[in-house]
Amino acid sequence: MKFSVVVFPGSNSDYDAFYAASAVIGEEAALVWHKDTDLQGADAVILPGGFAHGDYLRTGAIARFSPIMASVKAFADRGGPVLGICNGFQVLLEAGMLPGAMVRNDRIKFVSRLVPVRVEQTDTPFTAACASRQVLHMPVAHGEGNYYADPETLAALEEHRQVIFRYAGAAGEVTPATNINGSLNNIAGICNRQRNVVGLMPHPERATEAQLGSADGRVILASAVKALASLSR
Amino acid sequence: MAVIDAAVLERHGIKPDEYERILELMGREPNLLELGLFSVMWSEHCSYKSSRVHLKTLPTTGPRVVQGPGENAGAVDIGGGLCAVFKIESHNHPSFIEPYQGAATGVGGIIRDIFTMGARPIALLNALRFGSLDQPLARRIFEGVVAGVGGYGNSIGIPTVGGEIVFDDMYAGNPLVNVLCLGISRIDGIVKGAAKGAGNPVFYVGAKTGRDGIHGATMASAEFDEKSAEKRPAVQVGDPFMEKLLMEACLEVMTTGAVLGIQDMGAAGLSCATSEMGSRGGVGMTIDVMHVPQRETGMTPYEIMLSESQERMLLVVEKGREHEVTAVFEKWDLHAVQVGEVIDGTRLKIHERGVLVADVPNRALTDEAPVYRRPMQEPSWQTAAQQLSLAALGAPPSAQAAFDRLLTVPTIASKRWAYGQYDHSVGTNTIAQPGMSAAVVRVKGAPTGLAVSVDGNGRFCYLNPHRGAMLAVAEAARNVACAGGEPIGGTNNLNFGNPERPEIMWQLGEAVRGIGDACRALGIPITGGNVSLYNETEGRAIFPTPVLGVVGLLEDASKTTTRAFKQAGAIVVVLGDNLGELGGSEYLATMHGTVAGQPPALDLAREAAVQKLIIALIRGGLVESAHDCSEGGLAVTLAECTFNSGGVGVTAEVALATVATADTVPAAWLANAALFGESASRIVVSAPAGKLDAVLAAAADAGVPAAVIGKTGGDRVRLSVAGNVVVDSAIAEAEQSWATCIERRMSGHVR
Repeated sequence: MKFSVVVFPGSNSDYDAFYAASAVIGEEAALVWHKDTDLQGADAVILPGGFAHGDYLRTGAIARFSPIMASVKAFADRGGPVLGICNGFQVLLEAGMLPGAMVRNDRIKFVSRLVPVRVEQTDTPFTAACASRQVLHMPVAHGEGNYYADPETLAALEEHRQVIFRYAGAAGEVTPATNINGSLNNIAGICNRQRNVVGLMPHPERATEAQLGSADGRVILASAVKALASLSR
Repeated sequence: MAVIDAAVLERHGIKPDEYERILELMGREPNLLELGLFSVMWSEHCSYKSSRVHLKTLPTTGPRVVQGPGENAGAVDIGGGLCAVFKIESHNHPSFIEPYQGAATGVGGIIRDIFTMGARPIALLNALRFGSLDQPLARRIFEGVVAGVGGYGNSIGIPTVGGEIVFDDMYAGNPLVNVLCLGISRIDGIVKGAAKGAGNPVFYVGAKTGRDGIHGATMASAEFDEKSAEKRPAVQVGDPFMEKLLMEACLEVMTTGAVLGIQDMGAAGLSCATSEMGSRGGVGMTIDVMHVPQRETGMTPYEIMLSESQERMLLVVEKGREHEVTAVFEKWDLHAVQVGEVIDGTRLKIHERGVLVADVPNRALTDEAPVYRRPMQEPSWQTAAQQLSLAALGAPPSAQAAFDRLLTVPTIASKRWAYGQYDHSVGTNTIAQPGMSAAVVRVKGAPTGLAVSVDGNGRFCYLNPHRGAMLAVAEAARNVACAGGEPIGGTNNLNFGNPERPEIMWQLGEAVRGIGDACRALGIPITGGNVSLYNETEGRAIFPTPVLGVVGLLEDASKTTTRAFKQAGAIVVVLGDNLGELGGSEYLATMHGTVAGQPPALDLAREAAVQKLIIALIRGGLVESAHDCSEGGLAVTLAECTFNSGGVGVTAEVALATVATADTVPAAWLANAALFGESASRIVVSAPAGKLDAVLAAAADAGVPAAVIGKTGGDRVRLSVAGNVVVDSAIAEAEQSWATCIERRMSGHVR
């Protein structure tokens, strides 16, 4: 399958996602410039981490105006799998492709460390290969990862099982103590109602090799491969 | 035209004899703009006028050296057609005045030095010094600097992977912010900062020029006083997004081959970039300031030439290929504008709307800058400071009390409060997580890895600058070796006080001599660095603080190790001799409030042997962990081996080497000297029982003493001396106080 990774000028994990998809997972991958409109035959699209346009306004606020985003939206509307990682998640929120918003971490400071995250739902293209309630160790590195939504939106997210990842303990327990940034309901990642667009703050692409501290993130990319294979069967 | 009188010269930091020299080089009186150019280019910061005669004595060559000092950064061959490009640089003065921006722009500056060479930056490290965290000012500066270091590096996406932080009142009025950047380039892809070929266009690209940072280099060349806060406008403001665009665009544009030379505009801005590029290339350059993009209206040529606005680059492009260059910059929404061209001759000619407003031989600004052999004098207090009588200090505290206390000294405690704010995983190359002794990054596309460490001990250098500097080189190299890396290159950042004082100059001279001696013995060429002088506030100098950055090569990145014990039942071995040396130790400073004595002795041949040995042991897979022994001595080292290990404890019997006798260590001090002495050239390793014989045999072959001191296991740190258990602590509690010490202090809970 082919992963297309969108490159905004301030993306800084674009190559990491490309490398994980191609060199580590062994799938085809392409880097797609944000001013282009051609997704280059993508089977799945990744919006990578970084600071898309400097993000001095709000994280991801300007990226939604990049020409490629119309193509990403159309791709998603056709049911194509889209994964937003960190800043990519923020871009999806700003673009209205996922509900809610990000605010400053509750402890104000940038948070950078390996954290356990519990997989809540396995019926998305990016969790299809996960076990139910599987705990994945992946790095986070963000200053604005505090997920917020109004009460109705939050209730709807929970009702429709759209919360895909939660910050947890190593044993999978989800408590206020395992909430690293103040996110409502310990939310680390969500999906849209159609379940094909997923955004998360942790970085699966940085956790694909044991040498780097964790290979737990491979299953996220492997899920996309599995999901595509089951579709084409 | 302004009259150049004594007041004007003083404002420009130009001494009367220097002005005489300017008159001679110019053959006439300079105008104010020309004087401004001399002022910044001849500042200590740009000209190295006080340190140059000393720096020349450092070893700078070796079989792996691709680029030595003199360019934007140094480079060493790491095999496979690749080279490691690296340099360390300080931003001490700006960080005191405005901690966040001072530190952020320090990071930005060193990153530019690396990508200017054509290398992609892959890692950042920093060496930081602050006053005691008991002081609100020190906490504020620490908080701002850490946020600034993180804010810039995190945004641009270069991981901050390691470093060291020391807290001491000697830095209360003058923090140190030294940042090292490491990049990777193909050897044949290195681009230099020299102009060439008359008629070739000179392009400016990046941020617009504003009035920020004017005379920043001059500020960095003066002491602080109560008016320093008024100098805030001389601190620049960083824009990491602009730098990210510049970095990507410059790296892309260099692949076209149309760029003949490139230089970033750092200290002394456009003045430095134009004169240095011309000077290096043996050509002249002409520019017209009206083409320089300006952020503010009404800027004078003086302001434009001296501005230190960040994120700007100057490029010399091959004539006829301009469109290739501008196309790449357009892609990144940057506008490269031609501001001038290379000319025959050797002069820098600056125009304003076609009118010549400055005309200076560019070598007069660079190579012809004054070089001072400033008087040096050993301080009158030096010998007294080296005296240490343990007996006179009274009864020593119990080893347990000292152990508990030392683990919560901020200098020793975990720095996770700081590195938890640094993105260290971006780039997917970081193998050793921050908090280990050396940072380790892999080189994608090759089997190799690079270990990097920055180290310096101001207390040792204060007591004996020659030996202290040697110890800094040794420790940085030893840390790299403990990760399995063979030291292949070094960079130094010399942080000292006012060089016009003979005793400060003596410290500098002695320290450089020490760096040279150690680097020659350990085979480490110095490929570049930075000098920061005038680190004084109201006449009080910092500890003399040379910081060494050493890069080590791992032929196989998978063959590395960390300080943490890996499993119970392993045998714990100390390589090297425990001489019980307490001079200048953290123990003395913390438990007795004393900074005195001679720093630990250093036998460079032994040091080299120890480093070779540990590299061989790691490559051979004979040891599971390796940890250099430094601040806090063996006791703290062993405790640190249990931290981040998942709770693997240790039981060990610690003894002094037999050469250390009761003459040097009174009986009552035996335990504390054995546990907290900071003898050099020591490494704690753990090995599975089955490999112990091989480890001991390798040590014997290398001529390195190796003592089996105990075993891993249990959930406690149990240390005994002469058969008596003197330290017995649960790891969980010890690790908790060590790990959370700094965050507790920063949140207002003292200790």
